[in-house]
Amino acid sequence: MSATSDPSKTDTGTMPTIRPLRLGALRRRGRLLRRLWSDAPISVIGGVGVLLFLLLALIGPYLTPYNPIANNFAERSETPSLAHPFGTDNFGRDILSRIIYGGRNIFALTGSATLIAVGLGLVIGLYVGYLGGWIDQIVMRLIDALLALPALLLTLLLLGALGNSRFTVLVAIVILYVPIVTRVVRSVVLDIKTKAYIEAAEIGGESRFHILFREMLPAVLPTLAVEGALRFSYAIFLVASLGFLGLGVTRPEPDWGLMVSEARDWYALSPHMMFFPAAAIVTLVVCVNLMADGLRRLLEYSEVD
Amino acid sequence: MTAYLIRRVLFFGLTLLLTSLIVFAAVRLLPGDVETAVLGRGAEPAARAALREELGLDLPFFMQYGNWLSGFLSGDWGNSYAMKLPIMPLVMERLGNSLRLALIAMLIAVPPSVLLGLFAGLNEGKLFDTVFSLGSLILVGIPEFVMGIILINVVALGWGILPPSASVPPDASFGEALPRLILPSLTAAAVLLAYIGRLTRVGVIAEMRRTYVRTAVLKGLRWRQVIFKHVLRNALLPTITVIAISLGWLISGLVVIENVFAYPGLGRLMVFAIQQRDLPLILGGVMIAVTVFALANLIADLLYAALNPRIRLG
Amino acid sequence: MEAPILSIENLTVAYRLQGKWLEAVREVSLCVSAAQTYGIVGESGSGKSTLVQAVMGYLSGNGAVRSGAIRFEGEDWLHTPRRRREQLWGARLSMVPQDPLSALNPALTVGEQIAELVQRHTEDTHNAAYGRAIEMLRRVKLPDPEGAARRYPHQISGGQQQRALIAMALASPDLRLLVLDEPTTSLDVTTEAAILDLFAELQDDHRAATLFVTHNLGVVARMCQRVAVLYAGEVMEDAPTETLYHKALHPYTRLLLRAVPRIGDHSTLQAIPGRIPSLRKRPSACVFAPRCPVAIDLCHAQKPPLERAKDGHLVRCHRWHEIAEGSLRVEEAPSVAKRREIQSTEVTFFDQLFSAEQNGAQATIMRAEHLRVQYGVRGLLGRLLGKKLPFRAVDDVSMRVPRGKTLGLVGESGSGKTTFARSLIGLIEIESGEAHLLEMPLRGTPRQRTKATLKAMQMIFQHPEESLNPNRTVGQALSRPLMTLSGMARPEAERAAADLLRAVSLPADYLGRFPRELSGGEKQRVAIARAFAAQPALILCDEPVSSLDVSVQASILNLLAQLQAQHEVAYLFISHDLAVVGYLADYIAVIYRGQLVERGKAESFFTPPHHPYTEALLASIPLPDPQAKQRRIRLPDDQPTGGVPSGCRFHPRCPRYLGEICQRQAPPWHTDEQGRHYRCHIPPHELTVLQTEDGA
Repeated sequence: MSATSDPSKTDTGTMPTIRPLRLGALRRRGRLLRRLWSDAPISVIGGVGVLLFLLLALIGPYLTPYNPIANNFAERSETPSLAHPFGTDNFGRDILSRIIYGGRNIFALTGSATLIAVGLGLVIGLYVGYLGGWIDQIVMRLIDALLALPALLLTLLLLGALGNSRFTVLVAIVILYVPIVTRVVRSVVLDIKTKAYIEAAEIGGESRFHILFREMLPAVLPTLAVEGALRFSYAIFLVASLGFLGLGVTRPEPDWGLMVSEARDWYALSPHMMFFPAAAIVTLVVCVNLMADGLRRLLEYSEVD
Repeated sequence: MTAYLIRRVLFFGLTLLLTSLIVFAAVRLLPGDVETAVLGRGAEPAARAALREELGLDLPFFMQYGNWLSGFLSGDWGNSYAMKLPIMPLVMERLGNSLRLALIAMLIAVPPSVLLGLFAGLNEGKLFDTVFSLGSLILVGIPEFVMGIILINVVALGWGILPPSASVPPDASFGEALPRLILPSLTAAAVLLAYIGRLTRVGVIAEMRRTYVRTAVLKGLRWRQVIFKHVLRNALLPTITVIAISLGWLISGLVVIENVFAYPGLGRLMVFAIQQRDLPLILGGVMIAVTVFALANLIADLLYAALNPRIRLG
Repeated sequence: MEAPILSIENLTVAYRLQGKWLEAVREVSLCVSAAQTYGIVGESGSGKSTLVQAVMGYLSGNGAVRSGAIRFEGEDWLHTPRRRREQLWGARLSMVPQDPLSALNPALTVGEQIAELVQRHTEDTHNAAYGRAIEMLRRVKLPDPEGAARRYPHQISGGQQQRALIAMALASPDLRLLVLDEPTTSLDVTTEAAILDLFAELQDDHRAATLFVTHNLGVVARMCQRVAVLYAGEVMEDAPTETLYHKALHPYTRLLLRAVPRIGDHSTLQAIPGRIPSLRKRPSACVFAPRCPVAIDLCHAQKPPLERAKDGHLVRCHRWHEIAEGSLRVEEAPSVAKRREIQSTEVTFFDQLFSAEQNGAQATIMRAEHLRVQYGVRGLLGRLLGKKLPFRAVDDVSMRVPRGKTLGLVGESGSGKTTFARSLIGLIEIESGEAHLLEMPLRGTPRQRTKATLKAMQMIFQHPEESLNPNRTVGQALSRPLMTLSGMARPEAERAAADLLRAVSLPADYLGRFPRELSGGEKQRVAIARAFAAQPALILCDEPVSSLDVSVQASILNLLAQLQAQHEVAYLFISHDLAVVGYLADYIAVIYRGQLVERGKAESFFTPPHHPYTEALLASIPLPDPQAKQRRIRLPDDQPTGGVPSGCRFHPRCPRYLGEICQRQAPPWHTDEQGRHYRCHIPPHELTVLQTEDGA
């Protein structure tokens, strides 16, 4: 032990190479994950829950024998049974199948919207934060202005302007979240931009691209992951709310929010029609929130260690 | 402090100006022509042209924007196409309704959330904190419409205590209106409760780790003196900001709640306006919502500055 | 003998981390009696902060006393209930912490924070308590105590904040134990000296037992009657101060004393190899054995007991008898550092060194002329919105750096020394004036500069923690400049990176490591290697050792000297520490509030005449020798606000203030026979007389 910590005594003589892939880092991740499991098992469960939902969305359609939109008046408003674990709705459609297909839609829509927003926000935030000056000023004022628009109102406005479609919802989410992600990324960048290692890279003649994407990006990623997870959860929330208002979807497409809204009229007769889609929304959002919380904890661990 | 005040107010104005430009541009993008909306189908081309001229739709974009802005600032918001009514009184009445709901929700949510957050923060990592953290995470995950429907079905329809609808007749007294407002405000309060509580908790935990707390303890101060005089004074600063901001947030968050409970607020009016493509109404409504939102932010900033000697005294 | 106020018996304190108890303090015993100042000296990781917390009876969350006892005035302090402790804290024992700003509540006035303590422990009304607070502020010599009481912490200077905390600690008339936890570490040296004086003076009044915890051997020598040396949680040696500094028996103590640079002493510093073992890896035998040059097998096998060597002299070493007899030598023979003789041509050259009119002689590699740097310059909008007034951090500074030499730039915090260096390398904009490096103009941001300019000048930063990217390996950090600035291909750069590591005495397998796997000293070695990668002609060293422990600091200083001799590189070495600068520099310049006040050759620098500010700096340095004679010149605390003083910038604090002329007129440069330049209204012969007379 003393020999390695004493630099003057050590000379291995062999020619080492720079490790390109960081095995040590991966092992460290594993250790952190184990620590997370012992400290906050619920967060891990949340993460697993999200994965299960994702899995269901991906392969669920191949497992269910029912068509989610075809009416089947022979089996109207059935309570849960073996054939229909979640029951059927007033058109005789299998609720589980509709939830699976609805989940697929929601994942595709919010997932892609979040990814686009996070990607754009990352790039804009990196550049704006690093460059500073008047570009930063202008972008930040613009972001302030966009953030002054209540989220749902902006979405409604866009639905009116661009038409009531899934694509508009995607655009709305991107417009809503790019400023937020930009702001988060920018604040991290402002924090590390004055660190000596960034200045060392500058006086080392490094290109802007290298400084932003090689030196800074790794430091931004953990925060970005947390923010991305949070955005994802809000996006699900928003899409569900829109669906409930009958916006961004067209009947008879399966949509969780719309299912809840439609089931209101049948609540007294078939409460299961409302229970399952509502439960799906809540479970997914809570799982994503728990996952975000876990990511945040991981971030704190790596800062402490 | 004066410089700070001026800066904040200037930014507030600038933000509103930019936002109004964005909103105006978005509204101009709305498909469907105004003439049909106002004159109905089959109107004479001459009448259409006259209307276009009257409404200033021939002018370049920025001229139109300028005209609208000067009208908006002088209180002339035009007439709603769909309802054929002056917009300003309509919007203001609905805004008043929404604000009433929002204020009741805040009154319900703020005291318990601050207390719970404080208690959880002081007991970080203990059972209460774990339960609180998990509970608030779940509460945040329940969409307003789910929460609203649960309340309607359990409290109103199940127990029959309170009315399920919140449509208050305009001439109802406050005493008559109140029972109808409780369920929607509870719904809004649920989300606020979790949100403010979590933030208070984080603030308390962060402050408890500061060195000055140790100084205070090692002066021999009693535990409650340390907490109430030293920690809370700093820990609640961000909470106060959040409370002010959530007032603005509520204005938009109420859209869904107002729909669930059929409450005549600004949010519902906006949904109606957008469905009807009622341009001046959309503009007026969105701008007033934006103003309230920005105003809440401004108040939050100023409050923060007034309470924080580091900013107050530079 | 009087019963001690505080007695610690065999104390072991540990922290619980992931289910394991890690011992931070092990079997520490000591006694402090009334009116005694007991020093605890230790480097980072020695366990001194843990010891302080245990003594105060306020360990942080996961810490606990595992065994041993603490008695405070005979009372079993470890088993005193919280309620009783609250009555004693602030009344009978109190503490002065390290970082004054964070120790004060930002939201309460200074007076209120003292008054609440008084009120807690007496029957006083709030008004009476507040009056007592003002009285205490007067006793700690705060100018305008009433005004200070009304202010919030951020409105007063660091020195004043520390005075306020001292006032708080001493506010109780029943004080029996005062714990000072690195109370001057965050202060400038002139402020530190004044605060230390204050401690000494006040102790004559309160006569409480004082536990003085610090890493600074000079401060201990000045303040304490008795010292315990702490290493890796254990007491290595415990002796009266005189004995410890002159007849130390433990190898660690002896080496530590040889690692501190001293003014006027040019013998090579002796660094202690290795680092303090981390909490997880404490050896079970002698904790110092892995780094000890005279360790034998026994040292690695068995823990030495804390033995009584002589009366009142305790030492924990298997070989202390041999050291006491003089048959075992721990230190290397003192060797005078090979300081190149300054040749006569260089003397004439140096005369011209700072004069802006002269053209760059061949030996000059960097010249700066009338450099000004301003902070807080805002655009039109910013001015409209009333942003903070611009502040000129560097105001008309000219200097030249000769090839292969070290120019030491000394100044306290806020003097503009770092800003000057940053403006040269392009990290902050130059407002006016010119700078040239090897006849290349230094202008604009690094991006706007040519590769050749970047290659010719590099920088070593102050904080090793921040100077390496935590997400990139040492190899990546070193090979980048080789590729970007020296144009090497990747494989070539990776080979050269290994060579660089070897040059800074780090093993080549460090290439694959991440900064978090390195100690502070090792990180700074990597940063030095990176600065050398492009083979620059000039390296700006911005306080490169100030955040390192003494023993590590010595090795870094030696490394810098060695690399300079090998590579003929010039250093602009920036530091607040005159002793460190004196060790390394060929020339020294002193900067005060953005202007140079004195400059001269290093070897003659420490004799008068001096600029009064330099004189005060020299008189303020705590010397690591209890017998050292030092003149006593103290400056009033600097004011945090207010513009630049008119005339001579130093006049509001100057102990040699002449009168109106100092306020009205900027002083001229004087030159003495030795070629030293300084800027003062007092001519050299008068200053020399003044500054030699007082000393006697």
